[in-house]
Amino acid sequence: MTETKGAAVRYENVQKSYDGETLVVKNLNLDIPPGEFLTMLGPSGSGKTTCLMMLAGFEPATHGEIFLNDRPINNVQPHKRGIGMVFQNYALFPHMSVAENLAFPLQVRGMGKAEQEEKVKRALEMVELGHFGSRRPAQLSGGQQQRVAVARALVFEPELVLMDEPLGALDKQLREQMQYEIKHIHDNIGVTIVYVTHDQTEALTMSDRVAVFNDGVIQQLSRPDVLYEDPQNSFVAQFIGENNKLSGTVESIDGETCAVRLDDGTMLKADAVNIDGVGSRTTISLRPERVEFDTHDAMDNLVSGQIEEMIYLGDHIRVRMTVAGNNEFVVKVRNRGEKRDLKTGQTVEIGWAAGDCKALDAVA
Amino acid sequence: MNTQNPASTDTGPDENPQVLTTRDGIPLKVSLARALRREKLRALVLIAPLLLFVLITFAAPIADMLFRSVENGIVSETLPKTVEVLATWDPESGEIPDQAAFTALYEDLKVAVEEKTHTRLGSRLNYEASGMSSLFRKTGRRIGRMEPADATVERFIDIDKDWGTVETWAVLKRYSPTITPGYFLNAADMQLTAEGVEMKPENERIYLYLFWRTLFLSLTITSTCLLLGYPVAFLLAALPARSANLLMILVLLPFWTSLLVRTSAWKVLLQQQGVINDFLVWTGLVSDAGRLVMINNQTGTIIAMTHILLPFMILPLYSVMKTISPSYVRAAKSLGATDWTAFWRVYFPQTVPGIGAGAILVFILAIGYYITPELVGGTDGIFISNRIAYHISTSLNWGLAAALGVILLLAVMLLFYVYDKIVGIDNVKLG
Amino acid sequence: MKFKTLLLAGAASAMMTSGAMAIDLTIVSWGGAYSNSQNEAYHKPYMAANPGVNIINDESSAEAVAKLRAMNEAGNVTWDLVDVVASDAIRLCDEGLAEEINFDEALAPAPDGTPASEDFGDLIVSDCFIPQIVYSTTFGYRSDVEAWNGREPDDICDVFDLENFPGKRSLEKRPINNMEWALLCDGVAKDDVYDVLETEEGVSRALAKLETIKDQTIWWTAGAETPQLLADGEVVIGSTYNGRLFSLIEEQDQPVKMLWDAQVFDLDGWIVPAGLSDERKAAVMDYLKFATDTQRLADQAKYISYGPARKSSAPLVGKHAELGIDMAPHMPTDPKNATNTFLYNYEWWADYRDDLDAKFQAWLAG
Repeated sequence: MTETKGAAVRYENVQKSYDGETLVVKNLNLDIPPGEFLTMLGPSGSGKTTCLMMLAGFEPATHGEIFLNDRPINNVQPHKRGIGMVFQNYALFPHMSVAENLAFPLQVRGMGKAEQEEKVKRALEMVELGHFGSRRPAQLSGGQQQRVAVARALVFEPELVLMDEPLGALDKQLREQMQYEIKHIHDNIGVTIVYVTHDQTEALTMSDRVAVFNDGVIQQLSRPDVLYEDPQNSFVAQFIGENNKLSGTVESIDGETCAVRLDDGTMLKADAVNIDGVGSRTTISLRPERVEFDTHDAMDNLVSGQIEEMIYLGDHIRVRMTVAGNNEFVVKVRNRGEKRDLKTGQTVEIGWAAGDCKALDAVA
Repeated sequence: MNTQNPASTDTGPDENPQVLTTRDGIPLKVSLARALRREKLRALVLIAPLLLFVLITFAAPIADMLFRSVENGIVSETLPKTVEVLATWDPESGEIPDQAAFTALYEDLKVAVEEKTHTRLGSRLNYEASGMSSLFRKTGRRIGRMEPADATVERFIDIDKDWGTVETWAVLKRYSPTITPGYFLNAADMQLTAEGVEMKPENERIYLYLFWRTLFLSLTITSTCLLLGYPVAFLLAALPARSANLLMILVLLPFWTSLLVRTSAWKVLLQQQGVINDFLVWTGLVSDAGRLVMINNQTGTIIAMTHILLPFMILPLYSVMKTISPSYVRAAKSLGATDWTAFWRVYFPQTVPGIGAGAILVFILAIGYYITPELVGGTDGIFISNRIAYHISTSLNWGLAAALGVILLLAVMLLFYVYDKIVGIDNVKLG
Repeated sequence: MKFKTLLLAGAASAMMTSGAMAIDLTIVSWGGAYSNSQNEAYHKPYMAANPGVNIINDESSAEAVAKLRAMNEAGNVTWDLVDVVASDAIRLCDEGLAEEINFDEALAPAPDGTPASEDFGDLIVSDCFIPQIVYSTTFGYRSDVEAWNGREPDDICDVFDLENFPGKRSLEKRPINNMEWALLCDGVAKDDVYDVLETEEGVSRALAKLETIKDQTIWWTAGAETPQLLADGEVVIGSTYNGRLFSLIEEQDQPVKMLWDAQVFDLDGWIVPAGLSDERKAAVMDYLKFATDTQRLADQAKYISYGPARKSSAPLVGKHAELGIDMAPHMPTDPKNATNTFLYNYEWWADYRDDLDAKFQAWLAG
């Protein structure tokens, strides 16, 4: 593959409605710099696929404008946008061989036979399917079809490639492997990739940035690590990774931190991320692996809880507890090989730092 | 490469004399065969009712029809003695048979008149030579009153001069075998004469032409159905389920009205004083004297039958198109294909199985249709089936009808075979 | 319980012995106005007089020949009496599918005592056929054709005259009648028609004559077609059965007139299917005796303009049951209509039908 320079994408006040009554995409503004791997993550119905389809040109935007390299493309036909696309079920043409599939975008561009063959060959080698050119898609495994689909989206050297849940049909192991392969291809050729998925692991593994969609709105747009460490609202905290929720009321605010009284009276200190002010309801979000059993008085938050259940998972032990009236409170204890005296039914003290728990918008 | 009996590598009795057995010592293969046999028997029992039904209602009538197209026992059964005497008579001699034949004829007819089978024989032979019908009716009437001594050559010739012609006797002799190619020859516009098989005179040839026209019209109807049905099926498959269902009802609507009503409606629309012509004259596109002839000819047959058979094209097309994910066309477009290229190179090839299924259905239905062509086909829009129907219901020449039917069946099977060779029957999909 | 069964059985046997057991007669006819006329003139009075008989109408006469043969081969004849045209009756008789009738024994004599065979006379064209009506195939024409400049056809040969009578024609899609008319208009004398038609040249001659109007002709197969085509103005002149034209002109009041020239008489009547059980046959014969007597045949003419087959019925023909007009002038047998008629030769057609049909169809297709 020759070095390709990625394209820049910009959504400007884009809205989309199918029925004229509800908005599927509500006022989207998004800038994607050239060469970025951006993932649109969200549950189904959150508007992420619609955003992708508008970019590809298969759905018109109801309002607003989409720019590709600063050129408005609302009125550009899909086939003139020069955007590569990988579909959920690969959409390999079943009546053509693998090589014919790959040659298709080159043929419609009127490329010479010899050049076509050369490019098809290189593309197949890129995805390590050099000998499969004459096969029909149906004769390939799911993973192989997936690679052909990627190769086909790249063979005509687009500056932008869209991927719509391309790994959804693969089993877990293959999916993980393909995640790395796609990531490598991206790193090697520098193409801009917009990737849609509902799988948060996929998003975290591959992306430069992740846009979390819910209800037609981007809830948070950040690097994967920021998304995990600093969720901006309860939806993101809940959607990305595992999370403990504790509901309460803000008692006082002190700069970056605040004091929260849980419903059973327990007082906690937390990062004031997304609260309305003293007296407002809040949901505290806390990652299970940040909770410690080895407490000491210097800890910001110390509470006691009862152990309900313990599950041995090899690298860690998962402890379910009742804490402050919440019996779904989960603590992950790293398996360091030391003997720990934990038993079901035991009441123990646990603690964590104020910076590890975030006071976010209240959820019902 | 294995040079030594490659077929035996899996069981290898030569290299490995030990036979695998089950735990109670029965050879594994025997045990397996027994288990499979039970399964086969079960399968047979399950399909037995349908098999029996098909045999009785489908295979048996077809076999009967095949047999009727060559069966000709009536001559030797009605006139056994005459047939025997005629065996030694040579029509080439140019002389009518001698008294022995007339005596035999008398004796045979005496029995036949008693059983009233002589007129039936007359009808049968009349298909081959005009006049036989009345010859036997007339002779039968007289024979009752005739004494054995009166059964002379002169007396018979007196009853009807046809008994004095070589041709009458030659026809009797020619059609005395119990199996005859006569019906098939007739169906192919040929005839059996004293000189052997030859084509019928030009002004009596009709069936070969009708076969050809049936094929031609059926193919035309199949293509018009495809041309009209493809876009409709495409639209149906692209619409959301609710609107598609509504439109589907419209497509199926023709099924719910009687065939005769629909055909009559076409008459009202298409005739020269009909709705369409009136409209064309009103708009001035056509002059009153130049009204279009759209019915009682091939055009009428093609229009009416296309309408009737359209659903059979749309349904398989629709069910195949529905399974084609819209992402194929999107993929093609994202890869740079124009709308047309995406359709022609990506979408269309995937609908070929549906086209195959629809085309076969429509063609086979069209080739056997007769009510609609009869009503709107005039003279040049009728099918071979119309002649078959005529011979079944009016002329009662069931042998000829059977022969025509057999030829039609063979033609369809031949086309089916060719179709399989070109398109491949595996490529046909009903959904 | 047992007592009750006994009682029922007793009642049933009592009914049987008294002859009052209900019997179903399946009578096959053509349907429409024709069946209606039979229903009014025959079935209703017969059922009124014989409460034990229930007549079931079947409208399958058009396929009667083939169906009878199929029933006969299957050994299960479900029809008791069938209305067919004479030529079909001859065919059925030849094939052994119809019962032969002893006319004088089975049918009622005329009121003056004339035996049935004499009363029907020449109309008995087959041993199996009991004539019912005389109908004719003749022409009707539209009386409002501008291109005719006030001329009206009064001769059969006007059908072949495209110059004076331009416009589309409708003719029956079979050789019978058409061949005869063609020869008559090609200069063949009425008595020689069948002799000429027996030769190859005669057939060519008839077809050549028909060829002159071929591309102006719509060919019909069902009797209802010509009246419809005339009413729609699709044709200006066309052949059909005279009763159909009567209803078009008198009942539907269409601007159509009759051309009573060279009309071809034909017969319609009953045949009794072969192979009936004695019991059913007896019931049928009883009905037949009633339905073919002089009065009944005359009664039928109240409902449809076909002439009764018995000579003795003619004076009894009255007025139309609903329109109240005299039916006699509308009968094909009326002297004013029958000045120039053509006799259909059944025997000849039975012999030449297959051959001529092949030639005629080949000509049509070519």
